Amino acid sequence: METANIIVFYLLAAVVAVSSILAVTSKKILRAATFLLFVLVGTAGLYLLLNYHFLAAVQLSVYAGGILVLFIFAILLTKPVIDSVHEEHDRRKSVFGIFTAIAGIALTLFVTLKFKYNYADNTTISGDHEISMKLIGNALMGTDKYQYLLPFEALSVLLLACIIGGILIARKR
Amino acid sequence: MEHYLILSSIMFFTGIYGFITRKNMLAVLISIELILNSVEINFSVFNRYLYPEGMEGMIFSLFGIAISAAETAVAIAIIINIYRNLKDINVRRINKMKN
Repeated sequence: METANIIVFYLLAAVVAVSSILAVTSKKILRAATFLLFVLVGTAGLYLLLNYHFLAAVQLSVYAGGILVLFIFAILLTKPVIDSVHEEHDRRKSVFGIFTAIAGIALTLFVTLKFKYNYADNTTISGDHEISMKLIGNALMGTDKYQYLLPFEALSVLLLACIIGGILIARKR
Repeated sequence: MEHYLILSSIMFFTGIYGFITRKNMLAVLISIELILNSVEINFSVFNRYLYPEGMEGMIFSLFGIAISAAETAVAIAIIINIYRNLKDINVRRINKMKN
């Protein structure tokens, strides 16, 4: 990676890491949603850094555009829960949560850093190596090997089921 | 590449921590979003660094984004319905189905 890429990566990584920690620790739920927005936009930036432009666009429009609005509406529609850590049960749960997270991170980092990755001789990371839209469209709409029409259609059925289920659950009776 | 993986594991386990400790159901859902997002970063990073000639990881990330969007929509519908019936979305107090 070039120096500029590295600087941008560390900037984005810092934003994403700090915001994700704040998103789960902040008391006000609306603030948590805002930090989630920062995380998602930072992730879109990481995809751009990896030269996945289409993925970054999808991330921005679906997550940051759609899901966040849904979240904020749901938060505004419901009464906030007062987060009290005074109860003994909750404090114990919090301690166990921190323990789980730290143990998990330690294990994952150990495995990740121990393993020798077999890097391809890779020139696509820096520079302009965008995957063209035509390639993506062909891969999503074909039936050959490495083409994904069947999952695509299954996903469309899933979305239909979600629409119907959402309406059925949330309608007024 | 390890740096991306470290970042995504930090994100994943903050998500786990929030999933365990938060009381508001919407906050739990936000934690789930963090977890799914870190998994998608992992898919595309592995694709880019280890198998740059293919695009399977990217396609998997796309499907993952779509599935998590659908899941969130249904979950929010359920949460709003619970709120309408019980006037409360505290996870500790949703125990009507127990008895």
